[in-house]
This record gives sequence, C-alpha cells and structure tokens, in this order.
Amino acid sequence: MEYIIIIISAVFVNNIVLSKFLGLCPFIGVSNKVETSVGMSGAVAFVMVIATIVTYLLYQYVLIPLGITFMRTITFILVIASLVQMVEIVLKKVSPPLYQALGIFLPLITTNCTVLGVAVLAVQNDFNLLESVVFAIGNAAGFGIAIIIFAGIRDQLELLNVPKAMKGVPIALVVAGLLALAFLGFGGIV
Amino acid sequence: MNQWKNFSKGFFKENAVFVLLLGLCPTLGVTTSAFNGLGMGLATTFVLTMSNIAVSLVKNVIPDKVRIPSFIVIIASFVTVVELVMQAFVPDLFAALGIFIPLIVVNCIVLGRAEAFASKHTVLTAAIDGLGMGLGFSMALTILGSVREMLGSGSIFGLKFLPGDGMLVFVLAPGAFLVLGYLIVLVRKINRKGA
Repeated sequence: MEYIIIIISAVFVNNIVLSKFLGLCPFIGVSNKVETSVGMSGAVAFVMVIATIVTYLLYQYVLIPLGITFMRTITFILVIASLVQMVEIVLKKVSPPLYQALGIFLPLITTNCTVLGVAVLAVQNDFNLLESVVFAIGNAAGFGIAIIIFAGIRDQLELLNVPKAMKGVPIALVVAGLLALAFLGFGGIV
Repeated sequence: MNQWKNFSKGFFKENAVFVLLLGLCPTLGVTTSAFNGLGMGLATTFVLTMSNIAVSLVKNVIPDKVRIPSFIVIIASFVTVVELVMQAFVPDLFAALGIFIPLIVVNCIVLGRAEAFASKHTVLTAAIDGLGMGLGFSMALTILGSVREMLGSGSIFGLKFLPGDGMLVFVLAPGAFLVLGYLIVLVRKINRKGA
C-alpha cells in the first residue's frame, strides 16, 4: 500500500516538474514534439532508476561507514555522469534513430536536475532500497506525463496567433503555469 | 572587450534567466520570497565565480577529452563548500532552499560559463565574467521573488505592506511559471526598444 502512495504522490501530487521545479530545461527545450518527449522521458527514466539504485548503495555501504557523507554531492554527480555516458554508447548502437532524435539532450541528462534531485531526495527521505526504486519509478513517470502532456499542448500552440513578444518560451511558461494549476487539484488525495 | 562590458553583460544583454533561459529550476523553485531568491543567487554567484577562476587556472593542464567531468568535479567541490558553510551559519535559509543547494552542481549556467568562457580566457577575465553573470542571476531571482512575494503575501523582504494573505497562488507552483513568463515578455519589450 505504501508503495502505491509513494507512486501516486510522485506522479500527481508532488509532480517533479510542475510542483518541485526539477528538470525544467528539457521540459521547455525538448517538448516541441510528442515523439521526442517520449524518447526523452524514456532515457531519463532509465538513467534515473539505475542512478538511484547505484547512489543508494554507495551512500549506505561506502559513504556512511567511512563517515564521509559530505562527499554526497560529488559522488552522486560522478556516478550519474558515467551512467549517462554508458546510456549514450548503448543507445548509439541499439537505436540510431532515437539517438539522432535526442541529439544534444542526451549528454544534458547529466545536468538534468531530476536525476540528481531524485537520488538526493531518496537518501534524504530515509527510504530503503525498494522504496527508493519505487520513488524513482514514480518520479520518472511523473516527468514523462508532464512533458508529454506539455508537448501535446505546444503542438496546438504553434497554430495559434500569439502576440509577438510572447512567442516561444513566455507562452510556454504561461501554459506550464496553467498545467501546474490543474495539477494543484490533485493536492490532498494522499 | 573591456572589463566593464564583460561584467555588465550578465545583467541585461545576456541575463542568464531572462534572456538565455538557463538555470530555470532554482529560478522557479526557490523564489517564493525575495529573501530566498537573493540567498540562492548569492550562493550561485560564489560557486560561479570560484569555479570560473579554478577552471581558467587549470585549463591548460586538463586534457580535452576529460574536460567536462573535470569541470563537474571542480564545481561539485565548491558546491559542497557552500553547502557546509550555509548549514553552519544560515541554517534557516539552508532549510528553505533545501534540495536546490546541492542542485547548484547541475545548474546549466555554472557548467555553461566554465565550458564556454572560463576555459578560453585568463583568470581575471573569467572571474569578472563569473561575478557579473552571478550577480545578474541574483538580480533576476530577487526580482522574481519580490514580485511573487508582493502578489502572494503582500510583503517584500518579509515587511508587510498590505493586510491579509494576498493571492496565495503566486507563492505556489503555478504562480512561478506565470510570473516568469510575463517578466520575460517585459524584458523582451525593453530590449527591443533599446536596440
């Protein structure tokens, strides 16, 4: 039951993009097309789950016994950076079209705060290993849902007659605000 | 480029938030009040300046291939310093900024300046660039925080000037997106008139 609560809370109530403000760069940058958004959220989900497992184990079995928990930030970012490199190599071999589509944003997952954020939050919340994995899956799903809905809306937005100064990012931010308002309605279910 | 131009470009022409649209996560996440915005801005300014100096000092020693990981380690070290110092001296602010302090590591502005500027310029130029960009970022965060605080709770820097609660939505998540969106429109209008 508590795993279901963790997932619902991560996807809807505390949506990582719309209420915790993590991962906004890809949220604004990649979300022009639905297909790219799907690819991006897949890549993020993959990296996020693995990164959370690896960083959790490192934190519990290396950093805490050695008493160097202040090295958390440095350790976590190094693990994530190497993981992203690995995903990039694998994706290049397995699915060149997807690799082409994600282009510059793949290396940028390193500096995507969702991955580091979820890893740090999982440790801060004192989750055990299974809870951390569930937490990562929930947040990855929340990121995916937010970015895919947003891409769908932006598709329609291109056809509209928007005032010149508002074209591009400003109107996207306003739309994101309204979307966040909608997600606010989920508050209180958990 | 003279040093004054180098310093001042971070405020308007290349403002990290309003023009380059970098570092949006902390921008939206911490600006529930003017004070939080300013605190976050100054913490980022410190990391940005120090990492710019460090990167430009070691730029000739680091092989090109491992450039990015080395930069990240340098940045992460300074972030850890900030984390520990803030925890010790300003625990309230540290608690308010929460997860966004360790996340300075992945702030695109910091890595962006290290890669695009500090690795190609001398120490002094890089330091001034970092300071300028950082203070421009702080300015943007303080403005955004002030607007949200004024609309959301009728106060500025904690000083109340309106009775009542204000429009709560501006302190919550949706308000962050809306206010930033309209501020960018405003800056675009101003920049177009100036050009």
